[in-house]
Amino acid sequence: MIYKETGQYKSSYKSDHAIFPLIQDKIAFGTLMLFAFLVVPFFIDSYWEKAILVPFLIFSLAAIGLNILTGYCGQVSLGTGGFMAVGAFSTYKIMTSFPDLNIMIIVLVSGLITAAVGIIFGLPSLRIKGFYLAVATLASQFFLVWLFNKVPWFYNYSATGQITVSERLFFGVPVTGATAPPYATYLFCLIIVVVLGFAAKNMIRSKIGRSWMAIRDMDIAAEIIGVPPLKTKLSAFAISSFFIGVSGALYFAVFLGAIEVTESFDIMTISFPVLFMIIIGGLGSMLGSFLGAGFIVTLPIGLKFIMVDLIGLSAVTAKHFEITIWGFLMIVFLIVEPHGLARLWSITKEKLRRWPFPY
Amino acid sequence: MRIKQLIVGMTATVIAISSYVEIAVADLKFPMLVYRTGAYAPNGIPNADGFVDYYKMINARDGGIGGEKIIHPECETGYKTQVGVECYEKNKKDAMVFQPMSTGITYQLIPKATSDGVTVYSTGYGRTSAANGKVFKWVFNAPVTYWDGASIAVRHVLKQNLGNIKGKKIALVYHNSAYGKEPIRTLETLAKKHGYKLMLLPVDHPGQEQKSTWLKIRRAKPDYILMWGWGVMNSVAVKSAASIKFPMENFIGIWWSGSENDVLPAGQGAHGYKSLTFNAPGTNYQVHRDIKKYVHDKGEASGDGSHFGEVLYNRGLFQAMVQVEAAAVAQKIHGTSKITAAMYRDGMEAVDLNAKRMEELGFKDFAPPFKNTCENHGGSGLAAVQQWDAKAKKWNMITEYMYGDKDVVNKLIAEDSAQYAKEQKIAQRCN
Repeated sequence: MIYKETGQYKSSYKSDHAIFPLIQDKIAFGTLMLFAFLVVPFFIDSYWEKAILVPFLIFSLAAIGLNILTGYCGQVSLGTGGFMAVGAFSTYKIMTSFPDLNIMIIVLVSGLITAAVGIIFGLPSLRIKGFYLAVATLASQFFLVWLFNKVPWFYNYSATGQITVSERLFFGVPVTGATAPPYATYLFCLIIVVVLGFAAKNMIRSKIGRSWMAIRDMDIAAEIIGVPPLKTKLSAFAISSFFIGVSGALYFAVFLGAIEVTESFDIMTISFPVLFMIIIGGLGSMLGSFLGAGFIVTLPIGLKFIMVDLIGLSAVTAKHFEITIWGFLMIVFLIVEPHGLARLWSITKEKLRRWPFPY
Repeated sequence: MRIKQLIVGMTATVIAISSYVEIAVADLKFPMLVYRTGAYAPNGIPNADGFVDYYKMINARDGGIGGEKIIHPECETGYKTQVGVECYEKNKKDAMVFQPMSTGITYQLIPKATSDGVTVYSTGYGRTSAANGKVFKWVFNAPVTYWDGASIAVRHVLKQNLGNIKGKKIALVYHNSAYGKEPIRTLETLAKKHGYKLMLLPVDHPGQEQKSTWLKIRRAKPDYILMWGWGVMNSVAVKSAASIKFPMENFIGIWWSGSENDVLPAGQGAHGYKSLTFNAPGTNYQVHRDIKKYVHDKGEASGDGSHFGEVLYNRGLFQAMVQVEAAAVAQKIHGTSKITAAMYRDGMEAVDLNAKRMEELGFKDFAPPFKNTCENHGGSGLAAVQQWDAKAKKWNMITEYMYGDKDVVNKLIAEDSAQYAKEQKIAQRCN
């Protein structure tokens, strides 16, 4: 009853093809955007910014990227950490070589550099599929992290191998470095995520997205009907790496400010969690990327809050429980709904169409 | 329907309770970033126990600092930088000082704490150039830094060889992170100065895979090995050295690689292993007697109480002692017991732990005296060498406290801090 599309007639193809065809969806999404842009920046404090919102935005961008590659194009990739490292180090090198360049341009150019690297590491996908491709992308993860650790040019010959971001202004407000106010970093990430998210959604709904899905479903049949496998797979790698590179640039410049490549872009810190985000959120779903990112970023913090602050357990006991509960919840979610949280949401919408009537 | 009501009810209760969790802070807050889980827990646990026991003892014996009780909320980081940042953001309100116990987290917190106005005390770790108080107003790493440590280790090697190590091979087995890479520049400079050959052997986190490293060592047969390890990497390295029958008296670890849980797993094979240290081992000090009386005998020991007197436990006592002393000095300078974070920093900068004051606090002959000044946040730069006796299962100090190569170290500190000041646009203070 809430979600019925009765009475909403479309009189043009354009309105019929809208991303949100129902008025309820339009209103809900519009309210969410207004809330995110106009209400949150006034109430955000540095804990919410640093612990929840900015990591959520950055990881949802990375999850969108990996979803394009794995969810829509079917190429399993474990190289997310390595590509985020490419984004971060490109940002660092460009920042230090061109001190006057605008941070938005730097972030987008880092994405382009990562896209180029992604194309190179995507070449094996033309020959190998499935788990074997996962291993090849795993090699990219280890190689890239090793490269940034070993070659001193990447970290400007610093004695410790750490890279630090310097302050950059965006419309007069610092968005990088320790002086950046919480609302500035939040809005900067939010603008990038919204714009790139819309770009991703539109790409997925257009010819290129359909060719990705054709490759995912049965690549030999797709090739027979005329989908070019080389161009399609490489475009998936390129666009996915662009998203992941931009998220890596934001991870370094806006979120952490100083990173050490072996610790920050480790496979267990980035690659596996982002893969879990898209699996739990829902493969092949834009909403799924956001839901999965939100789940994985906020679950440890939420559990810690409940156990340490509310129940009063000691920090270390809470940590032991948190590790167990995290794994248990992941198993539960995958049993209850193997297609992820996005599928749970679409089932909810289906039920809301008919509610309160059961049929 | 019922389940929905239950969920709505629970959420409302949670939100209602959470509004009562804010506690009024008149006490002094010393947040603790600890890691009692993960690959670095074997070393994180005794150190954290030392801190907590000392705070509890001060609260029980003295009623706090100047009458203000110490509260020490623990936040579990697992040695992960992102979690460390979250713990910092959660606890920075009204916090006096942060002791991250991780070089990675320290690097992250230095710009944040500088901008938020909270002291970071990275005792003998962290960013070495923070010893330059002119650039790093809010960061202290007294009493000694990694570059001092590297030059002290080389000085010990020189002493063993009557001052001439030309042509000798020294290998550095280091944790492949900012922490492990800290001594490399100093060791390279000293290699040019003294004529030895430096061999660099990185070990990736968490440090359990060292077979290839020790195979290389077996083939290259270096004369001395220096180790910059932490957590499980230490014990694996000591075991591997024992298994390739490397002469353990030529194996010297930094002060974070020389504690009981690093050498006990290797059993008798670890006999003779050396490490640097800036505090004495053992329990024969007044502070230990006080802790036993006021904390352990009342059943309030932190953790399971089994790490009492271990090297890292003692180091935790030392670190907590300096932090508490800084608060006491701050209270004296500003004439009030309710000090703010800015007042605390002034106190930390004025800390003067001479031999007499250390004895008053129960730490007679525990560590060399040091004094913080506006320009020098790195302490005296003294460390000694201790050696493990596997039969008696104890550490013995085998040298006096000695300085490193101050010329080399000071020059490198000035260079590095000047570069940081330029990048972050910090004006030099203390003029």
